[in-house]
Amino acid sequence: MAKKKFVVGCFDDEATLFPAVKKVRTAGYKIHDVYTPFAVHGLDHALGLRETSLHTAGFIYGITGTSTALGCISWILSYDWPLNIGGKPHFALPAWIPITFELTVLFAAVGMVLTFCYLCQLSPFIKKHHFHARATDDLFVMVIETTDKTNVDDLTSFLSNAGAVETDVQIAEAGWWLGRYDKDEVPFQNKIVAA
Amino acid sequence: MSSIKEHFEIPAKLKTWAFALIGVGLVALIIGFITKGRGTEEEQAVFIGTIMYNTIFWTLVTNASMFFICVTTLAMGGWQQSFRRIPEAISTMVPIFGSITVAVLLFVVFSGNHHIYHWLDTNAVANDEILKGKSGFLNVKFFTIWTLLAVGLWSLLGWRMRQISSEADAAAFNGETGTSFIWRNTVRAALFTVWFALTVGSTVPWLWLMSLDAHWYSTMYSWYTFASSFVSGMSLIALWVIYMKNKGYLEYTNQEHLHDLGKFMFAFSIFWTYLWFSQYMLIWYSNQPEETLYFKHRVQGPYKGIFFLNLIINFICPLLILMKSSAKRNYTMVTFMAVLIIFGHWIDFYQMVMGSISKEVVTLGWLDFGILSLFVGLMIFFVAKALAKKPLIVKYHPFLKESIIHHT
Repeated sequence: MAKKKFVVGCFDDEATLFPAVKKVRTAGYKIHDVYTPFAVHGLDHALGLRETSLHTAGFIYGITGTSTALGCISWILSYDWPLNIGGKPHFALPAWIPITFELTVLFAAVGMVLTFCYLCQLSPFIKKHHFHARATDDLFVMVIETTDKTNVDDLTSFLSNAGAVETDVQIAEAGWWLGRYDKDEVPFQNKIVAA
Repeated sequence: MSSIKEHFEIPAKLKTWAFALIGVGLVALIIGFITKGRGTEEEQAVFIGTIMYNTIFWTLVTNASMFFICVTTLAMGGWQQSFRRIPEAISTMVPIFGSITVAVLLFVVFSGNHHIYHWLDTNAVANDEILKGKSGFLNVKFFTIWTLLAVGLWSLLGWRMRQISSEADAAAFNGETGTSFIWRNTVRAALFTVWFALTVGSTVPWLWLMSLDAHWYSTMYSWYTFASSFVSGMSLIALWVIYMKNKGYLEYTNQEHLHDLGKFMFAFSIFWTYLWFSQYMLIWYSNQPEETLYFKHRVQGPYKGIFFLNLIINFICPLLILMKSSAKRNYTMVTFMAVLIIFGHWIDFYQMVMGSISKEVVTLGWLDFGILSLFVGLMIFFVAKALAKKPLIVKYHPFLKESIIHHT
């Protein structure tokens, strides 16, 4: 992904964050994301985000697990290698339900965790730009995407008026990238300079 | 608060419907008594058994409302406060349906109808090692005392819960009185819950229902009965909430609350299936004759259709239909599912009781639906009366605000 210019506004209270989100959206600015220290109820609605499709994905993974288990066991135990187990029928459905259930849960759980990580751009070996370190502590960080036509000074003062305690302009990578280092950082550079 | 409609006025239409249902039920009861109730002992057993499973079902379903209030109270739940008068009103049915249940059961026990309860046959018990071993528990004295105690204490402890809830109508609490109010609520709820566990959670289904198959036992049975009655109870609460919303009451209750009720209906349908399956699979797997006798005529005999219809209505339908959150927030969908679930668990109780009393013939017919309409009519009439008695909103409950701003 390309680098973009962002205007960052930091709020110290939910009560000022919600009206600010509303003001910024009605003014027509595009909010890239809001980073909060904890899950804020109703913020997704305020931001106008659509319902997640994670549960649909979960249902599909679950169905996959169910059919994998039933297909596998029934093929093995009633067609490929039928065994007489305690005189039970070869197609012993009740005995397979627990395993089918387990596989459904396993597929759904693992699949959903991986999908969740992908959607949130969270993963090991992945890095993302942090707009403000205190977003993990006590600040609600609203990041607004700008275009060539955006008047950055106007936007900054607009955010301050809306109650931002801190504003900032950053040019940063919008998406995630593979690696351990910041995109611009040259590893060990400082060390070499010091030597 | 002034714009809130606090007092429920019973619509004339509701009363008409209730009386019509009661009328149909009484006609069915009388015709049933004439055609079946005076016949052979087997016919009498079918007649009484039909009344028996209906009254037990509705007693347990309405009692589940009080359990819901007590459990949410113990969990310090706030979300249910905006509509808590509805489960309270439904739980006022426990003394009424409970008395019918006690009357029917004691009639069966004292008339010694061993076509219904085999363990009432003293000659059979004397010559039967298994029944002799159970006779300390399955005897007339214990059955009578425990049945009376169960229904009596459900009514009493439930009445005490409703009583304390009225305190929140009178005047606002301060920090001290509010804390004491919540504490007394907790104590009363805990007493009810403990008694509920000792009865619905264990002994009452053993005595009333499982002893129909006197030789058979299952450790899952009570939980299975509880799950059945609780999920129907939640559906009944949802139905009444939706009805009151449609009539323009319960302004503070909205889709968020409906969503949570829908979650209860969904989750406990799954829980019921879990118990259904655990009971079935272990018995199927070990294949012991004394255990499979319960399932023999249900899975392979005449009850096969009802037995699997039961599983489709109570598991497959809620699983697939109530899975999406948009379905749980949709008033039409929840109404449809609530009716379906109550019907499904009524069918479940039917096969639990009649599957043991009339093993060879499926008796489901006009009498069953007639008696059902009698109980539904009574339920509608008395719940509406109870709702009209108290304000619909617990105005000064400390947790009411939590319910108003509830967000799932």
